[in-house]
Amino acid sequence: MSSLANIDAGASARPVRHKRVLPGFGLTMGVTLSYVCVIVLLPVIALVLKGAEIGPERFWAIVTAPRTFAALRLTLSAAAMATVFNALYGLLMAWVLVRCEFPGKRIVDALMDIPFALPTAVAGLALSALFAGNGWYGAILEPMGIKVVYTIWGVALAMSFTSIPFVVRTVQPVLEDLDPQYEQAAATLGASSFTIFRKVVFPAILPAFMTGVTLSFARSLGEFGAVVFIAGNLPMQTEIASLLAVIRLEEYDYNGASAIALVLLAIALVLLGVSNLLQARALRYKGATA
Amino acid sequence: MSTTGTSAPGALAPRPRRGVERALIGLALVLTAGFVLVPLLYIFARAFGAGWGAFAHNVLDPGTLHAIGLTALVAVIVVPVNMAFGIAAAWAIARFRFPGRKALLTLIEIPFSISPIIAGICYLLLYGRNGLVGPWLMALDLKVLFALPGIVLVTLFVTAPFVMREVLPLMQAQGSEQEEAAVTLGASGWQIFRRVTLPNIRWALLYGAVLCGARAVGEFGAVSVVSGMIRGQTMTLPLQIELLFNDLNIVGAFAAAAVLTLLALVVLVLKAAMEARRR
Repeated sequence: MSSLANIDAGASARPVRHKRVLPGFGLTMGVTLSYVCVIVLLPVIALVLKGAEIGPERFWAIVTAPRTFAALRLTLSAAAMATVFNALYGLLMAWVLVRCEFPGKRIVDALMDIPFALPTAVAGLALSALFAGNGWYGAILEPMGIKVVYTIWGVALAMSFTSIPFVVRTVQPVLEDLDPQYEQAAATLGASSFTIFRKVVFPAILPAFMTGVTLSFARSLGEFGAVVFIAGNLPMQTEIASLLAVIRLEEYDYNGASAIALVLLAIALVLLGVSNLLQARALRYKGATA
Repeated sequence: MSTTGTSAPGALAPRPRRGVERALIGLALVLTAGFVLVPLLYIFARAFGAGWGAFAHNVLDPGTLHAIGLTALVAVIVVPVNMAFGIAAAWAIARFRFPGRKALLTLIEIPFSISPIIAGICYLLLYGRNGLVGPWLMALDLKVLFALPGIVLVTLFVTAPFVMREVLPLMQAQGSEQEEAAVTLGASGWQIFRRVTLPNIRWALLYGAVLCGARAVGEFGAVSVVSGMIRGQTMTLPLQIELLFNDLNIVGAFAAAAVLTLLALVVLVLKAAMEARRR
């Protein structure tokens, strides 16, 4: 989701020659720095300090405790399942929305924004009721022996719904900008559509696609609102890591909560770094072909 | 919402066989209908299934009504604050060179990569009884956690980058020639901002404010940690949905959800209108 690379590329292309001709540097910089410190930095520092207090041995014991381990494993596997689905679905949607014409296309395009616009609690409520035994989907699936609510499938479903737009919206613009001449050349040389996609189109959209996949995975790991409705939250079975952290807080086990939160924070920051790297690469690629 | 111009980009590209293309479109439509459209319709079907009267009764329930009021109050506080911050940050970053610009940008964007639950935990550790500033607040008898200030603060965190993200790229693209011209004509800082900068960025500013407001209204995870979920006091609308759901008042939960969904749809329409306007 980050547009850091974008912003910086735009900035360096337009060097400001006259330094500080404009007024307001002190004021805006002061406001920005104090706000960032109070609202963003200080709370994160509070977590890191709390984590440092625990000590490595206790920290390790908390993170590898069976219930924590099960929660982390569930969160990672469900997020991986959700991401695989979203990668395929997002690629399909991006392709169809850019390359195909069909009635109702604008509506389908607009629908892709629904998961971000809808509050996560609303999404969770709707999905859990839909897939419950008496819901529209559950009434069909449960007699077939497929249970979604209170299982890992439900967790993955909720994660997947709330991160649908990432892959679609990162791949779509790159696909739109793709010069058709390489595909035409490939077709002239007798390549099949599938070969063209695999050898020409896919390599071009790969950085954007991977960025979308990374963002989707990161969002799935952090998703809470939608998941708690559908998961049933059974310890050791369908309890996600962030919920376990909240439970530890409610038990006044601040060490336990901080340790789990720090693990999730570390994963999130690593994924942020990866997506920034990928985005920088994607931009370079775009610059080279444009 | 993206570009679906008159002629599809890539229209010149070789197309897969008609049958393959149809199958792909069909699959896309079926998946989208089943996965996105049906859940959306289901919210209204359940909320209005028992008639308008029942819906009104559920929305006018004192708990839900209070939650709507609190949620609106939080948004009314959070959006202007983050608009001011967004403008200040964008001005500082777009108009001046200074060491650590990139680091500052990364810092501002941190809330987007941190799970809201972790944000809530951070705030609890900071303002809680054993936290960094908790004891100090207690001495001053200030209540932050499990009260309005805590909910507002954590919502400020979660929505901090929205306005800056929209305004900054626009300010950078527009450059500072107009503002520099105003300086040479002797305009004061405030005059430059009001007469030159603000008119130039107004649509991006509004767009960022709408996104910020939508998120402020819908935030669940971060608020759930710091609100304490006191019935009739610190329940925002998304928290109220979970409360009603856990109370097995599913229709009531869907009525509250329908209010938020309508709001989300309004936001999408506004977004589309503003994107068209900005082009």
